[in-house]
Amino acid sequence: MSNKETDNKRYSKIKKIDIRTFTMLAVLIILWVFFTALTSKGFSDLSTSFLSFRNLSNLFRQMAIVGIMGSTMVLIIVTQGIDLSAGMVVGFIGCVAAACQVYYGIGTAMTIVIAIILGVIVYAIQGALIAYAGIAPFIVTLGGQLVFNGLILAVTKGATIAPLKESLVYFGQAYVSKTVSLILGLVVVAVLLLNELQRRASKRKNDALTESSTAMIIRWVLMSAVVMIAILVMNSYRGMPIPVLILFVVVFIVTLIAEKTTFGRKIYAIGGNLDAAKYAGINVRKNLMMVYMLHGVTIAIAGLIYAARLNAGSASVANAGLELDAIAAAVIGGTSMSGGVGKVAGAILGALIMASIDNGMSMMNLDAYWQFIVKGLILVAAVWFDSRTNKK
Amino acid sequence: MDREDIILKMKGISKTFPGVKALSDVDFNVVRGHVHALVGENGAGKSTLIKIISGVYTHGSYEGQMFYNDAEMKFHHIMDVEKVGIGCIHQELNVVPELSISENIFLNEKPTRRGFVNFDKMYSDTVKLLEQIGMNAEDSVAISPNEKIKNLGIGQKQMVEIAKALAKDVKLLILDEPTAALTEVEVDVLLEIVDTLRSKGVTCIYISHRLDEIMRIADEVTVLRDGQTIETRKIADLDKETMIRLMVGRELTNMFPRVPHTQGELAFEVKKYSVDHPDIPDRKLIKDVSLKAYKGEILGISGLMGAGRTELFAAIYGSFRTKGKGEVYIDGEKIQINNPMDALKHGYVIVSEDRKKLGLNLLMNIKENITLAALDKVSKSGILNDDQEVQYSNEYMEKIQIAAPNIGVRVSTLSGGNQQKVVIAKALFCSPKVVVFDEPTRGIDVGAKYEIYKLMNELVEQGVVIIMISSEMEEVLGMSDRILVMADGQIKGEMDISEATQEVLLQASVIGREEHVK
Repeated sequence: MSNKETDNKRYSKIKKIDIRTFTMLAVLIILWVFFTALTSKGFSDLSTSFLSFRNLSNLFRQMAIVGIMGSTMVLIIVTQGIDLSAGMVVGFIGCVAAACQVYYGIGTAMTIVIAIILGVIVYAIQGALIAYAGIAPFIVTLGGQLVFNGLILAVTKGATIAPLKESLVYFGQAYVSKTVSLILGLVVVAVLLLNELQRRASKRKNDALTESSTAMIIRWVLMSAVVMIAILVMNSYRGMPIPVLILFVVVFIVTLIAEKTTFGRKIYAIGGNLDAAKYAGINVRKNLMMVYMLHGVTIAIAGLIYAARLNAGSASVANAGLELDAIAAAVIGGTSMSGGVGKVAGAILGALIMASIDNGMSMMNLDAYWQFIVKGLILVAAVWFDSRTNKK
Repeated sequence: MDREDIILKMKGISKTFPGVKALSDVDFNVVRGHVHALVGENGAGKSTLIKIISGVYTHGSYEGQMFYNDAEMKFHHIMDVEKVGIGCIHQELNVVPELSISENIFLNEKPTRRGFVNFDKMYSDTVKLLEQIGMNAEDSVAISPNEKIKNLGIGQKQMVEIAKALAKDVKLLILDEPTAALTEVEVDVLLEIVDTLRSKGVTCIYISHRLDEIMRIADEVTVLRDGQTIETRKIADLDKETMIRLMVGRELTNMFPRVPHTQGELAFEVKKYSVDHPDIPDRKLIKDVSLKAYKGEILGISGLMGAGRTELFAAIYGSFRTKGKGEVYIDGEKIQINNPMDALKHGYVIVSEDRKKLGLNLLMNIKENITLAALDKVSKSGILNDDQEVQYSNEYMEKIQIAAPNIGVRVSTLSGGNQQKVVIAKALFCSPKVVVFDEPTRGIDVGAKYEIYKLMNELVEQGVVIIMISSEMEEVLGMSDRILVMADGQIKGEMDISEATQEVLLQASVIGREEHVK
């Protein structure tokens, strides 16, 4: 094959990846336009519509938990795994946290530590069963789902455990003050710029520089604009919700782990070609178990926020189906169910689409069943679209 | 020549794959009721021819004509082939392990009664079929038709395959390397079955590397070489030596950049290495192999497919399904390898023959593939160093001349030759002491082959031990300094390049008993 042919193929591949992301962005925009049109009183008055500042702020707060769960769900699916127990573990950890505070009067800092340790232990056990005992992830986590559903009932005994300490509730319900939000936004914009410049310098050093400085600046401006607009929108209501801040921090850290560490590289190697990964001397079992343990940390964080938002530990989580939302978020965000491919940040996009559907439809006063139907259709359509573009 | 009753006549068959002419103008006639052997080196075109006869390559994908019972055949589907009474038993057995013998035999067309499977008839038919091929004869242990396939030995599975073909009333049966995995005793049984089939008027096409078997069973032999029919002869007019001469008979072209090497110190040694067969209990795949490799030489490992070459070195690497027993020394130090991680630590790497399955992650780019087996070299306490990674990858890309726009290109978009170079770069990035090249140039073009050979020479200069497993005899003869021949999981011959010829190599690999020791 000549070089030229190789070139063309490469470009078509890059285009394809972009198509997937752009399609999902387009879906999101269409949903937003659609919901706005159907909920606003007129073009000039958006105050009660989907696109009102208040609602957008709510929307982001609603997606935070699923987004956090989705970030490491992406990595698990990248290893060709799945986690069906995530929703129940979120509930279980929330209930344990509530029990710690209400029954035993444990402080918030200690409660957080307990929750995270518990999350890691729960997933160390499930991860060991998957990686070392060789049981299929679907089965292990399906079993886990039932076990933790049972444990939730055991902890709560059917009652609601409330109220939590103020300081914990803060993580679920409070807002970062507008000034701090703005400063955070500017810091992010500055970090983005530094990152771009550093990448550029490194590329130049290695003669791998192919892109013009204009392209770099445009990319940076676009990314910065998205960040700043998001923050300004949040600030137009009450500032950035704490769960949203946590979501971005989690996604940022998990992205770093996925893309900048040997551990992350190994995860993608295992998911992309298990035999080749073993052949390259990668300790598959150890790394697989570590993915699940990392997942335990984010699930514990999601569990804390869940309890804080409700200001209670309750068995209601059993009906929420959070694990399926998280899986859907990962998949809609571009993670391949056949493993090896997936971006952590995609989970945010996926979670945002799912949350938009829930939020928009309930604003339209449609019956809840519509939310499930539309979410289901979009999930299947996303995968169908992907397999179609992949074939071509 | 008196007119014989020809059941299958193939005229002017040609088949081209992208870049390769697998068959060119092949004529092949099979006499009814005979056992017709088809022999040739690896890659001579036997499998391609068989795939045309058995309908795997459908009509139109090849040139030439095929007549069966004097009628021209144009197969468009495997079912067409079965309908006219041609059956094929492939090297890889096509049985469903979880089903019973009778269910496997009647997999597609089960006898029915009012729409339901008639299990009683299926059972009794199976009993009859098994008797017909001499399974469950009075002197052997009876096996129930309800026994699951997974509980059978390979030989028995093969018999089930034959029974399955007979159930479809096969008139022409193709056996592709049926004895590759069988023991001596099982081979005897199989040959008896073939003999029985012949006496019942079934015609057989028999493909095998084992020439003794062919001498025992065949009526005629056709020799293929480089996709052409060389000769068809009656078995009475042939002996093994003639067959080998016909199979080889070709000049070496100057495709190999041979440079004189001088044997250095002993760097890699294997003593009394054995590997159990992963599927058959109490059978050894590799039997007490001992070998030495020195710095400054390319050690060629020759042998036919199924000789256990790949398995031996994969077992040493710790990646084979069963663990090997024996001693391994690198630079005089005895080492213990339990998995590829250990092997890499000790500087033993394999450039696998199966680059898509074992060598590459096709979803990743060149850079990520090159560094994957030695991520420690481009990271510090688990954090990847982008700069270093890019720098090293560029270095290797240049050194090994991978033709791609840059290191960010996904390897799935590269040509076979360039993919192979990425696999080699990945192996070299581990700073190896011993590199096993397993079929290093399979499926890649001549230009890339030459570059890979040159690279091997460079590595030898640098004091890396190179072991090259190859089924292409030209390659073994063209590049090695010393050659070991393997057959039946043993080393059957060792020779210096000066005394090696294709005839000698082939003889050592097909006639397992004679030994060619230096």
